[in-house]
Amino acid sequence: MDQTHSRDFIVALEQGLHARPADLFAREAQRWQSRIEVVGNAQRVDGKSILDLLTLAAEAGTRLVVEATGPDAREAIDAIGSLFEQNFATDLAADAAPEQLESEK
Amino acid sequence: MAEGVGVAAGESLQSQTPDKETGHAGRLGGGMLIAGRVRSHRSISPATRLLPAVPAAMLKLQGIAVSSGVTIGEALVLDSEGFRIPRRFVARSAVDTELQRLSHAVAETSAEIERNRDAIREELGEQYAAIFDAHLAMLHDQRLQQELISAVRDRNWWPEYAVSRTLRRYAKVFQSLDNHISQRAHDIYDIEKSLLRNLLGQRRETLAAISEPVVILAHNLTPSETAGLDRRFVKGFATELGGPGSHTAIVAEGLEIPAVVGIGPFLADVSGGEPVILDGNQGVVILQPDEETIARYRLEVEAAETVAATLGRLRDLPAETTDGVRIQIGGNIEFPEEAEQCIRRGCDGIGLYRTEFLYLTSRQEPSEEDHYRAYSEVVEAMAGKPVVIRTLDLGSDKMLTATSPEEERNPCLGLRSIRLSLRQLPMFRTQLRAVLRASVHGDVRVMFPLVSTILELRQARMVLADVMEDLAEHAIDFNPKLPIGIMVETPAAAMMLDAFVKEVDFVSVGTNDLIQYTLAVDRGNKDVADLYSACDPAVLRLLKRSLDIAGEAGVPASVCGQMSSSVMYTQLLLGLGLRQLSVPAAAIPEIKQAVRSVSVADSRAVAARVLEMDSAREVKAFLRDQLRRLLAETVA
Repeated sequence: MDQTHSRDFIVALEQGLHARPADLFAREAQRWQSRIEVVGNAQRVDGKSILDLLTLAAEAGTRLVVEATGPDAREAIDAIGSLFEQNFATDLAADAAPEQLESEK
Repeated sequence: MAEGVGVAAGESLQSQTPDKETGHAGRLGGGMLIAGRVRSHRSISPATRLLPAVPAAMLKLQGIAVSSGVTIGEALVLDSEGFRIPRRFVARSAVDTELQRLSHAVAETSAEIERNRDAIREELGEQYAAIFDAHLAMLHDQRLQQELISAVRDRNWWPEYAVSRTLRRYAKVFQSLDNHISQRAHDIYDIEKSLLRNLLGQRRETLAAISEPVVILAHNLTPSETAGLDRRFVKGFATELGGPGSHTAIVAEGLEIPAVVGIGPFLADVSGGEPVILDGNQGVVILQPDEETIARYRLEVEAAETVAATLGRLRDLPAETTDGVRIQIGGNIEFPEEAEQCIRRGCDGIGLYRTEFLYLTSRQEPSEEDHYRAYSEVVEAMAGKPVVIRTLDLGSDKMLTATSPEEERNPCLGLRSIRLSLRQLPMFRTQLRAVLRASVHGDVRVMFPLVSTILELRQARMVLADVMEDLAEHAIDFNPKLPIGIMVETPAAAMMLDAFVKEVDFVSVGTNDLIQYTLAVDRGNKDVADLYSACDPAVLRLLKRSLDIAGEAGVPASVCGQMSSSVMYTQLLLGLGLRQLSVPAAAIPEIKQAVRSVSVADSRAVAARVLEMDSAREVKAFLRDQLRRLLAETVA
C-alpha cells in the first residue's frame, strides 16, 4: 500500500537550493522507488529532476515540503532528511566512490 | 509536454478548439493545438510538475529598420559559435536513425562532461568538479530526456532542432527567475552547445554554404561572416545588436534585402528552421507568425515585387525630363559588388565610390593591392562609364588601423578625411597609387572629401602629382589627365567655390555633411535631430550658390547626399540647376521615374518658390504637397 510521507524543511544554505545541493537532492531521490515531490514557493516539482528543483528558486529561509509516495516512502524521507540536516555539506569526500576514498588514505 | 506548433512544411495551420481531435493532434501524440499556441493538456497526475510551457505564441519584436523590404522565410539562427540548425523536420522513416543519433550525442556529451569533471577534479579539487556533476544531472534529467525523445519520435523534429528548442525553453525559464539561480541558464546553453556539436559533427556548415533561402538571425554579423554570402539564398537579416550605420545595415542595403537590427535579446526564443517574417519597413520581426499574419505579409511581398518589376522596366529608358533635358543618374556604392546592381538599374556611372570599407574590415591597413583590386573590379564592371572614387573619408576614431590618437572631443570637426590623408602621407599615397593604376581600365575620377581650404586642395594635388611622377618613373601606366574633384560639404568650400572651380574638374555637393556643418547640428543627437533638415533655407541657399558658381564656370556639379535619393527633392534640385545626381542603387529606378515625370521648366518654378521661403517647415510642407500632386498625375 502506497503511503505518503512528508516532512518540512527550511533551506539553510546561504545560496539557497543551488546547483550543487539540487544535484545531491535529485541523486538521492532517484535512489528511491517512491515518487518524490517538493512543494515550495507555490510550486510543486519533481524531486528527482534537478532542473525542476532549480526552478523552485528556493532561497535561504524558504520552507519546502518534501512528499514521498510509495513502498519506501519513509526511508526516502529519512534519507533526504539527512541531507538537510547536514546542510548538504556532505563532504565532497563522502560523494567520492569508496575506491577513491581508499586510495586517498 | 507538447510545445511548439509541429506542422510539416507545406501544411497550413488549422484552428482547433480543445474539443476537436484532428489528424494533427493524433500525429503529434496527444498534445492539443490551438493555432499558433499550445497548451499542455496531457493528462497528468496532480503531483507531477511541468516546467511552465512557454507558449509558442506569435511574437512580434521591434528593432531598428535599416534596410527596407519585407520577406517571409525560414530562420537560420547563428549564435556566437556559428551554430546553425539546418532543418526542422525529419522523415518519419528516419526517426529511428535519428533517435539513435540523439542518444549517441547525449552519450558523447555525457562522456565529455565526465572527462572535464575528472580533469578539473585532479587539478583543482572536488569542489570545482562538482558543477560538472550538476551538468551531468541536468543532461540526464529524465524530463528533459523524455522531451527530447518525444520531440523526435512523436513530432518528427530533427534532433538538432529538438535540442535547441527544448533547451532554450528551459534556459528561458531559468532566466526568468530573479535570483542567482537564473545563472543556471548558462549551463543549459553549454549543454545545448555540446549536444549540437556532437550532433552536427561534420555537418556544420559555414554561412557561405547555404543552399536554401533563409532569413539570418544573429547576435551580430561581422564582416567575415557575411563575406562570401550567396545572395541568392539570403532573404534578410535580423540581429540583436546594431544600429543604422552597422555592418549588417550596410550589407543588407548593398544586397537590397530587408534588415532589422538592435532588436535586443531574442535569439533564445527562436531556433532554426522556423518561419519568420522580417519587415524592414517597420523594423519588425515576427516569430511564429500565425496564418493570418503570414497571409497579410505575403500580399505585401507580392505588391513589392510588382512595383519592383515596374521599376525594372525603367532600366533601359533614359533619365530625361518631359521637356527633353537629360539628367545623369549615378550610383553610390560602398562595396565593389554593388556596382553590378547599379548597372542592372540602368545607372549612368558611379557617382560616389566610398572607399572606407577597405579601412574598416581589417586591423591592418589596406595594401595598395587591396585598393587596386577593389577599384579595378568596379571600373571594369562599369565598362567605360565614369567612376568617381572618393578618398578616405573617415576620422581615426572609426578606423581600426589607426593608432589611438588624442581623444578628439569633436571627431566631426577633427582630424578626418582629407586632413587625415594629408597627415598620413604614406597611407594617402598608397590609395592614390591604386586609383591611378586603376585609371587605365576605364573612366576614373578622384574626389577629395571635406575640403575646406584651397590650400588643402593644392596640397592634395601636389601629392597626386608626386605619385604620378613616381609611377611614371617605374613605367607604370595611369591616366595623366585623371579628373580631380572635391566634395562641397563645408560652408567654407561653398563660400570659396569660385576659387575652387578654377582648380578642379568637377564638384559634388555632400548634402549630409553640409547640412550638419551649416546648421551646426549633430544629426545623431536625438535632442537636436529635428533641426537637421535638407529643407532648411540656409542649406538651400548654399546649394544654389554652389550650383550657380559651378554652372557659370562650366564645372560639372552633382549632389550625392540623401537629399538626392528622395523624390521629394527632385524637382527642387533640378530647378536649382542640378543635372547630375548620385544615389544608392535601390533608389535609381525611383529617381529616374521622378525625373521622367517632371519638366525643368516646372522645376525652376518650384525652386524659385522655395527660395522665397524662410523656414524649413514651410519648405517641407510645400515640397510634400508638390510631390503629392506629382504622384497623382503620374500614371503608375
